[in-house]
Amino acid sequence: MKSLVSIGIDGYGAYIPFYRLPTAEIARVWHGGGSGPNKEKAVASIDEDTTTMAVEAARIATEMAGVGQNLGAVFVGTESKVYAVKPTGTIVAQALGCHRALTADFEFACKAGTEAIQVISGLVGSGMIEHGLAIAMDTAQGRPGDDLEYTAASGGAAFVIGKAGSESVARILGSVSYVSDTGDFWRRQGEKYPKHLSRFTGEPAYFHHVETAVKNLFNEFDAKPSDFQYAVFHQPNPRFPVEAATRLGFTMKQIETGLLNPIIGNTYSGSSPLGLAAVLDIASPGDRIMLASFGSGAGSDAFIIEAMENLPSKRKLGIPVRTLLENCSRIDYAMYSKLREKLRR
Amino acid sequence: MTVYIADYGFTKVTDHWSKSLSELAFEASKPILDHNEVRPDALIVSNAYSEMTSSQSNLGPLIADRLGLENVEAFSVESSGASGAVAVHLGASLIKSGQAKTVLISGIEKMRDIEPTKLVGVQGLAANAEYSQFFGISFTSLNALLARIYMSEYSVSRDNLSAFPVIAHKNSSTAEHAQFRKKFSREEVSRSEIVSDPIRVLDCAPVGDGAASLLLVGEGDLVGDRSVKILASESSSSDPNTFERRHLLNFSSVECATKKALKASGKSISDVDFAEIHDSYSVLAALILEGMGFSKSGNACLDAEAGKFDLNGKLPISTFGGMKGRGYPVGAAGIYQFCEAFMQMNGKGGPNQVRKADTCLVQNMSGIDESSYVHILSKR
Repeated sequence: MKSLVSIGIDGYGAYIPFYRLPTAEIARVWHGGGSGPNKEKAVASIDEDTTTMAVEAARIATEMAGVGQNLGAVFVGTESKVYAVKPTGTIVAQALGCHRALTADFEFACKAGTEAIQVISGLVGSGMIEHGLAIAMDTAQGRPGDDLEYTAASGGAAFVIGKAGSESVARILGSVSYVSDTGDFWRRQGEKYPKHLSRFTGEPAYFHHVETAVKNLFNEFDAKPSDFQYAVFHQPNPRFPVEAATRLGFTMKQIETGLLNPIIGNTYSGSSPLGLAAVLDIASPGDRIMLASFGSGAGSDAFIIEAMENLPSKRKLGIPVRTLLENCSRIDYAMYSKLREKLRR
Repeated sequence: MTVYIADYGFTKVTDHWSKSLSELAFEASKPILDHNEVRPDALIVSNAYSEMTSSQSNLGPLIADRLGLENVEAFSVESSGASGAVAVHLGASLIKSGQAKTVLISGIEKMRDIEPTKLVGVQGLAANAEYSQFFGISFTSLNALLARIYMSEYSVSRDNLSAFPVIAHKNSSTAEHAQFRKKFSREEVSRSEIVSDPIRVLDCAPVGDGAASLLLVGEGDLVGDRSVKILASESSSSDPNTFERRHLLNFSSVECATKKALKASGKSISDVDFAEIHDSYSVLAALILEGMGFSKSGNACLDAEAGKFDLNGKLPISTFGGMKGRGYPVGAAGIYQFCEAFMQMNGKGGPNQVRKADTCLVQNMSGIDESSYVHILSKR
C-alpha cells in the first residue's frame, strides 16, 4: 500500500507509566518462585487509563510536529478502551483543542495502532486532511495467575502524520497488511480478561502473519533485510520477535534498539509503536526502519520507514523512550493489585 | 493361529494445528493400504479423548469412510493411555477367532484441539471420578504424590529420577518422528520448572497430536519378510484408587501382565532384547521396570544411571524416546510403540538401532498401572 503522495511522520510522542512490577513478584505469588520471560513490566497507576496516557503521548507528538490544533483526524488504537461505547479519540481531541477532526477508536488487538497509521496515511495522501494523529495505547489486562500476566503491560506512542516535507522527521515509504480469521486470543464483550489458546498463538498466529506480511512487504517494495538499519517487531514476549527476525534474515543488531519487552513487557497495541519511537530517538537521517506489528484475530501490518534530515533536531522536543524507561519506581504484587483494580471491594 | 504385524505407518508427533483426527489417521494409514493392496476386514481405532477434545465420538465409521473402506467392521476402543494396546489385543483376537483375516489398527489423538486449561481435566479422567477427580487432583499431582512416596521409601534422590528423561531425550534427539529433538542433562531435568513438586516439566510427557497405524494379519499370503510375530498379548488391572492399593509401590498390573505374557510366549525375562515402556512420567518408568522384573525394587534409577537402559545397554528402553521424548498423543501412543518395535526388528532403527532386536516387550498402561498390557513380539 503506497499513497500517491509521499507520507511523513511529523512528530511522535511516547508514554510509559511510572511503575514497574518485577515479574519475580508475579512468580512469587502464583508460581512458587522464579520469574517471567521479561524482567519487569510497566504498570499504569490507579488514576491512569488508556485515555490519560493517550493524551500524554499526543501532547508530545503534536508539539514536536508543531501542528497546534490543526488535526484532521484523531484515531486511537487500543484493546483497553475505557468505554465500550464512546470514543477515546474525542477526549484526546478535546484535550488538544481539536474539533474539526474525524475521530474513531480502532480495535485489532495489538495492531490497532499501526492500522491507525495506515488509515491516516490514506486520508492525508488523498488530500482529505493535512495532518492526522494516530495513537497506539493500552493498559493490557493480565488475568491473575495466567502466563500472560507476566507480560501484559501499559504504554504506547502517538504519531502525527502529514505529507512528507521539510517539517517531517521520517517518511513512510509504504506498508502492507495481511489478515486471516485466526482466533488465537480474544475478549468477549463484558469480559474483564482475554482468553487465549496458549501455544496456538505462536506458529499459526504470530509467526505466520508476521512472516507473511514482511515477505509481502519485501516483494511489493523490492526490499531485503540488509536494506534496513533497524527492524521493529511486535513483542508479546522477549523471544518471539527475536525468532521472527532471525527467520526473516534480520540481525540482533537491527532489532535490539526497538526490543523493549524484556524491560517493560508487552504494551499490546503500543508494543511495536513504542519500539518505533525508541528507534526514532536514535536513528540517523537516511536510516531505514522495518516495522511489523501483529494483532491477534489475526493480522500483521508491515512498514518501510525512512528517517529524515529533521529527525535529530526535532526529536529534542520529545521525551526519549530511554528516559521513560529509566524514570520508574518498583512496586510489589499487592500494590499492583490495588493499582490495576484486581481487588474486589 | 499366529498373528503378525505386517506393516506400519505414523505421522510425526507434534502440534498438528491444521490437521483433523481423520486427516491424521489418513496420513498414517493410507500408505499401508496402498502398499499392501489390501482391504482389511476390520478397522479398530484407538483413541482416548476425542469426545472431549474434538466433540467427536464413534470414530470407527468416521475413519473407515475417510480411508475409503466401505462395508467393513469398524469401531473404536478407549482405555485411556492403554487404548493402543487394547486395539492390538482386540485386533489379534478377531484374527485368532477367525472373525477377520486382516485388521487395520488406527491410533489417533488430537490433544491440541482443546484449550490447555481444559486439557488438564481431560488428562485426569482415568482417575476415579468420585474419590480422586472430585477433589480436584490432577494426573500430574497424583504422580507427584507417588513420586514422593517412592523417593522416600527407597532413598531415591531428585537427580536419580532424572535419569529417565535423559535417556528418553537422548533417544528422541535422533528420531525423526519424535516431538522433541533436544537432549537434556540430568541437571537440566532436575532444575526444570516445578509442575507439582517433586515433578518438574522435564519429568512429564508432553502434549501432542499424532496418528500411528498397523496392519495385523493371520497366517497366510500377507505374511511377508518384514512381518513381526505377536507371541503374546496379555493384560491385568488394579484398583483405580491408587492410594487404596495394598502395596502402593508395587505395580501389580504390569507385574501380572508381564508374567502372563512371558508364560504365553514361552520366553523368559532374560530373552527380552529391548522394551518399549509407558514412561509418561519419570517415576512411572522406574516403577514399571521394577514391576516387570528388570530392576530390583527401588533400583531402577540406579540401573538407568549405570547405563543398563541405554540404547547400547543391556536392556534398551524407549528406543525412539518413548512417551517422554517421542511424545504422547495418548490414544495413539501405544500404536507408536508397536511401530517402533517393528522398525527395530527390521533393522530400520537408523541412528536408534539396537544391537539385538529379536525379542521385544511392549508395555502400554492406563492411569497409574490401572491396567497394563504386555505384548511379546519376535522376528519372524
